[in-house]
Amino acid sequence: MSLPITKTPKCYVGGAFIRSESGRIYEIHRSSGEFLANIPLCSRKDLRNAVEAAAKGGAGWAKRSPYNRAQILYRLAEMLESRAAEMAAVTSTEETRASIDRIVHFAGWADKYEQVLGSVNPVASSHFNFTVTEPVGIVGILAPEESPLLALLTLILPAITAGNSVVALASKSRPYPSILLGEMLAVSDLPGGVINLLTGDRAELLATFATHEHLRALAATADTSEATALQKGAADSVKRVVIHDPKTDWFSAAHDSPYAIRDFTEAKTVWHPIGS
Amino acid sequence: MPAKSPRSKSQARELLFGDLWEFDPAPESAPAFIDDRYRLFIDGKHSAPRSKKYFDSISPRDGKKLAEIPVANAADVDAAYQAAAKAFKSWSKLPGAERGKYLFRIARLLQDRSREFAVAETLDGGKPIKESRDFDLPMAAAHFFYHAGWADKLDYVAPGRRLNPLGVIGQVIPWNFPLLMLAWKIAPALATGNTVVLKPAETTSITALKFATLLEQAGLPPGVVNIVTGAGETGAAVVNHPLAAKIAFTGSTEVGKIIQRSLAGTGKKLTLELGGKAANIVFDDAPLDQAVEGIINGIFFNQGHVCCAGSRLLVQEGIETEIIARLKRRLATLRTGDPLDKNTDIGAINSAEQLGRIRELVQSGIDEGAEIHQSSCQLPKQGFYHAPTLFTGVAQSHRIAREEIFGPVLSIMSFRTPEEAIEKANNTCYGLSAGVWTDKGSKILMMASRLKAGVVWANTYNKFDPSSPFGGYKESGFGREGGKHGLLDYASLAPLDITR
Repeated sequence: MSLPITKTPKCYVGGAFIRSESGRIYEIHRSSGEFLANIPLCSRKDLRNAVEAAAKGGAGWAKRSPYNRAQILYRLAEMLESRAAEMAAVTSTEETRASIDRIVHFAGWADKYEQVLGSVNPVASSHFNFTVTEPVGIVGILAPEESPLLALLTLILPAITAGNSVVALASKSRPYPSILLGEMLAVSDLPGGVINLLTGDRAELLATFATHEHLRALAATADTSEATALQKGAADSVKRVVIHDPKTDWFSAAHDSPYAIRDFTEAKTVWHPIGS
Repeated sequence: MPAKSPRSKSQARELLFGDLWEFDPAPESAPAFIDDRYRLFIDGKHSAPRSKKYFDSISPRDGKKLAEIPVANAADVDAAYQAAAKAFKSWSKLPGAERGKYLFRIARLLQDRSREFAVAETLDGGKPIKESRDFDLPMAAAHFFYHAGWADKLDYVAPGRRLNPLGVIGQVIPWNFPLLMLAWKIAPALATGNTVVLKPAETTSITALKFATLLEQAGLPPGVVNIVTGAGETGAAVVNHPLAAKIAFTGSTEVGKIIQRSLAGTGKKLTLELGGKAANIVFDDAPLDQAVEGIINGIFFNQGHVCCAGSRLLVQEGIETEIIARLKRRLATLRTGDPLDKNTDIGAINSAEQLGRIRELVQSGIDEGAEIHQSSCQLPKQGFYHAPTLFTGVAQSHRIAREEIFGPVLSIMSFRTPEEAIEKANNTCYGLSAGVWTDKGSKILMMASRLKAGVVWANTYNKFDPSSPFGGYKESGFGREGGKHGLLDYASLAPLDITR
């Protein structure tokens, strides 16, 4: 019997598979204790590079038609479905099914949330006054240790549905689902740079997530001390921060909501003249 | 024969009287009923401050003392929060229709007493009486009226979600539209079932304290609205009180950042409406007469003490000379002076401190090489006044093109293509508002979609409406005020099937 080929886990950044620029890795093991793989231990420089990649990929994504974004997100669900067994092996069947359902849910929102979140405003003057949403730009995401796929996607999906791009840090202890997710993203039609997935040490990267000026919002599961650090750093550039309790039930249907999308949008109000 | 330039042609039609005759003074004579000394408004009672301290409120119109304003210390602020927390229990459970009726009453009472409040606003803040009378007061009443009607219709704001009140809201407001900002803050907070501790700006506390008497007339239950006055220390006590469920702040980006930092880790909600450096973009196909009026209104409305003021004028190259010539002529006809005079266009600068800041930035414009134009108007000897000012030859790197001046100072730059206009307009850390002037509807929508600003005015400027969400991108803050968007920022959203 021939020796099986092992896979080198890499991070998915800017549509490419990368190792950390620092060359650093950390080991992960199977539940039996057996060595599984070396995972990139991404550096602050990797994070900055990923933000740059997100800026490049993001501009085009925001301009895609909502219908097109919906189809691409649905395609991601198709890609996950086709490798569901493999993903279930590193998460659980339940988590994988719930993740697929959540992707499909948000895929459907892409061309609808505007009609829930936007408005036409009956002003007293002779103007057609309307409020539309726009993506905030690049969103930083700090995923929790547990529910490594479902939580990660629950944080990412509202942001990208609205046309943002994201830089996400996956679970440190259970990074493998994010490695697989990167491989699925690469064949999902989602433009490179829209979702950038890093692995590494949260404590090391937290301050850069908080203060990086090009990250316009953060979505993070964080305890009080982490939340404090994130919000303090975010104040330097008046960044929005959405904090989730580490004890969040990621399977809850409450996450299926256009108001999660609202957190990563700007509301723009336009006063258009009405001729007399 | 040499061609006549358009400028000389229009000059020929012009009638310039200069100082040949003056308008007669036309002072507004309605009484403002300002007390000599005010008290804090806590738990429905007017109470002397525990600090036992007062400060003078100065009228910027003549630099004279108007009234003594109490300084609320931490104990006063705590009493206000305790009262608001107590009131929240019943107020939040009151049927929406009943809450709405109180707001309707407030709107009506504001209309009844609008002249009195307008005169007080002008005396205390320095804005022209015609603006406080025709803009601030009607708009404040409109905000209460609009939100009154929402109070029993909150189930229609967010499909699939119920709006639950947050609790006690701490609100800190600025001095540029004292009563209107109070209305923007209090009306949505009350409509959604919250109670309020509000701190007006130090230099403009009078109309907020007068408003307390109006709340008594409306029979609003004690503690639903508490008004504490003072300077930065009082503001910090309001922001940092543990009973605050949310802080809503309108003011400078600098202070907004301090507040965001100090709330870190507290779990309090926050909305910030901060500074701006808006671009007002005029294309060569714009209706010029209308545009000139809009530019003037955009920068000189309320002495330029407007966070969304159109302080950076971007003019398409072909019409730059013409626009500047027209602006200079229009500048010469603006009447700067006693804000209580009904003919005054530009009133007093809100405080000596603000006047100093404006002068400093104007000097930096001169020092950095921009060309200054001011009308030769006579400014009153007493009080704080600044002549309306235009700068031409401004570079994007100049401080007057980057920093918020918050005064009657316009920086004029030019552009060739729409792309260049967008690039220049978005080249700022702010993103509150923008203006676009063109005759072409599709160009308006194209520009509107590419400008990074929360409000885009097309062929108009400085328009507001309670139904129209207002708020900024980037360092101009987050959250919106007005419309259903504003309501969402004063509520938590619960799935309908859980709470019912």
